[in-house]
Amino acid sequence: MAAALVPIGAKQPHRRPRKDADLAKAPRSKKTVPTDAGDFVLHSLQEAHEQQRRFEATTDQMLHFYEQMLLIRRFEERAGQLYGLGLIGGFCHLYIGQEAVAVGLQSALKEGLDSVITGYRDHGHMLAYGIDPKVIMAELTGRQAGISKGKGGSMHMFSTEHKFYGGHGIVGAQVALGGGLALAHQYKGDGGLCLAYFGDGAANQGQVYETFNMASLWKLPIVFVIENNQYAMGTAVSRSSAETEFYRRGTAFRIPGMDVNGMDVLEVRQAAEIAFKHVREGNGPVLMELNTYRYRGHSMSDPAKYRTREEVQDVREHKDPIEGLKKTLLDAGKTEDELKDIDRRIRAAVSEAADFAENSPEPELSELYTDVLVESY
Amino acid sequence: MAIELKMPALSPTMEEGTLARWLKKEGDEIVAGDIIAEIETDKATMEFEAVDEGTLGAILVPEGTENVKVGTVIATMAGEGGEPASAPATSPVAAAPEPNAEPVRAEPAKATSTTGDPEIPAGTAMKTVTVREALRDAMAEEMRADERVFVMGEEVAQYQGAYKVTQGLLDEFGPKRVIDTPITEYGFSGIGTGAAMGGLKPIVEFMTFNFAMQAIDHIINSAAKTNYMSGGQMRCPVVFRGPNGAASRVGAQHSQNYGPWYASVPGLIVIAPYDAADCKGLLRAAIRSEDPVVFLENELVYGRSFEVPDVDEWVLPIGKARIMREGADVTIVAYSIAVGLALEAAEQLAAEGIEAEVIDLRTLRPLDTEAILTSLTKTNRLIIAEEGWPTCSIASEVMAVCMEEGFDHLDAPVLRVTDEDVPLPYAANLEKAALLDSARIVAAAKKVCYRN
Repeated sequence: MAAALVPIGAKQPHRRPRKDADLAKAPRSKKTVPTDAGDFVLHSLQEAHEQQRRFEATTDQMLHFYEQMLLIRRFEERAGQLYGLGLIGGFCHLYIGQEAVAVGLQSALKEGLDSVITGYRDHGHMLAYGIDPKVIMAELTGRQAGISKGKGGSMHMFSTEHKFYGGHGIVGAQVALGGGLALAHQYKGDGGLCLAYFGDGAANQGQVYETFNMASLWKLPIVFVIENNQYAMGTAVSRSSAETEFYRRGTAFRIPGMDVNGMDVLEVRQAAEIAFKHVREGNGPVLMELNTYRYRGHSMSDPAKYRTREEVQDVREHKDPIEGLKKTLLDAGKTEDELKDIDRRIRAAVSEAADFAENSPEPELSELYTDVLVESY
Repeated sequence: MAIELKMPALSPTMEEGTLARWLKKEGDEIVAGDIIAEIETDKATMEFEAVDEGTLGAILVPEGTENVKVGTVIATMAGEGGEPASAPATSPVAAAPEPNAEPVRAEPAKATSTTGDPEIPAGTAMKTVTVREALRDAMAEEMRADERVFVMGEEVAQYQGAYKVTQGLLDEFGPKRVIDTPITEYGFSGIGTGAAMGGLKPIVEFMTFNFAMQAIDHIINSAAKTNYMSGGQMRCPVVFRGPNGAASRVGAQHSQNYGPWYASVPGLIVIAPYDAADCKGLLRAAIRSEDPVVFLENELVYGRSFEVPDVDEWVLPIGKARIMREGADVTIVAYSIAVGLALEAAEQLAAEGIEAEVIDLRTLRPLDTEAILTSLTKTNRLIIAEEGWPTCSIASEVMAVCMEEGFDHLDAPVLRVTDEDVPLPYAANLEKAALLDSARIVAAAKKVCYRN
């Protein structure tokens, strides 16, 4: 079953994206930094990041990251299977390959205070919060027990309890909405920040730059995160973007940029420490580019013929975020058996979620008319 | 030969203004470009600049005079060397009569028989205020009552509002709660919507709803749909407000009525009030609502005065129409500026022995179909007056309601009186021809009454 859903590499030649060759290669010294003038310091955060790239995690922290990434991986693999079985409909965008981004960044948030918003590839971000996989999977299958009562689906999931504000289907909309969440933090003076994720495709939307301008002008507490997975649907970054070094895209708005290896959870976490501190100190927004890769197609219906099987295989073998952390854990003295135990536990939890999602009832027909408006008029 | 200096029209909708200050005295030499006087318009205080050279003759309107009609001669100027001046001090366009200009008048707030409106106790004092002031008062009162309420938009703070609707708010509430935005409607609408999701109660002002086209994605995809998509988790109590519909001589891109667009979207509340009492009471209700509200105002009505009950809690129910005038012969359904035209038409019809019942919808979504059908049951004839295009309009919707639910009560086909189905032209005569007026409403009413 699962094999049929793995993207089939294209035979025809393709233009290689400018960045995939040096993914996860750190530091990427060939890059030039934008020229600064006077107090216009845009790369101070990047310099701090380059001084120490990896977060000094305890073994327990690393085990937690490992478990979370593995949960996302196994959950998404199972979602792909359920899609193939017809249990999940419509659009379904999997996060496989990008796990280190959500796990690394969200581990640095202040729980219950900071807010998060993202686009439609949102399962991983919810799982990184520790939200019960059952209610997420049940949303994918469109059941009453789903986190949006089955009315949102894969692209529209929210947990206001965790201050996770979706789950938005219009490319780039979450950036401006995230600006509003940040404005609310500033207005209330609660010390929180907003983490707004978007992709390399969304990074070309006009409203992103309108938001950059206002966020910088008003010094909003927001971290803009570009998850550069190298393809905007089927279009490689080099074919859609005049400037493929996305961390520079805030320069015109005096927003400092950070260029981060998104395939190493410890590097992501370390970068988050620097960025979040800057924002919490009232200095306005930071733009982080997280260089990552998605192993699957854009959505389940994407045959991914715009790239070769070898390209995907190369990233899987050499840069996989889970395998990378596994190696670090083994080096730190953990055993294969201990890690296998975690894997077994995760597989059991995902199976339980899938069974729950398959067997719980669809929404009552009366739900059709609920939640349109909050009040009665 | 003396040149007449006339009160200039300094905005598309200005009908009169205050001569705030003379900066030149009688006998002063004037060169082109000199500032002669300061004039306060319906929007701002403007400088009145000389276009000719000469000597300021008699000042005919002293400073401090209010309600000086556009075109009034305010001073005379002797041309240099007694030569005839080459051009009048005011441009011909400014001096031309405005086709839509209506005299400012105070209409009584006659809440004849409205379902759900608060009772106005006998003896309640009535205050005459403009629609502009009523809207501002509504915002200020809600901002005083609820710390979460704030206003954002273009020119709302330092400039005091492009149409002066937010005048004085910055002084009272400060820049944290009255926020000037850059001219980026898509971006700031998204930020406003996001702030509502984050627990605030934003009022997002559009300079006009024409510019909200840039932002309609957030109004519909982000604000209207998120509560449903989240299974009721996500609240979005935002108010999008600003002038909507045709202004005066501003051409096709600045003159559209978006009522039907927004009213077609489940998840939105759409309000389009007419008089000051409704503007105030319904804007306060909109700000208090937990749902996203599109609040459509009308620039041409901003300066009109009406009576508003002078009570603390003037908050009106959303979703309820109001009978503006009772009558038994024919129902005229209208909203926004068309209500004024419908009332004029009703006066003319009364003179011809036809008693029209005028219904102000006030809220376009949810539509008060009960009020429409109740009136139809009484009059058996119905027309709709709408300042907007006919196709897929609120008028179309009201017609559908009458067909589906009121067919047995109809003694004549339902007719719609709308603007012509063309982009609004600039030329004064064409613009007049394109817009609905009371004569067309009278003609339609007579037609359904089978009277010629």
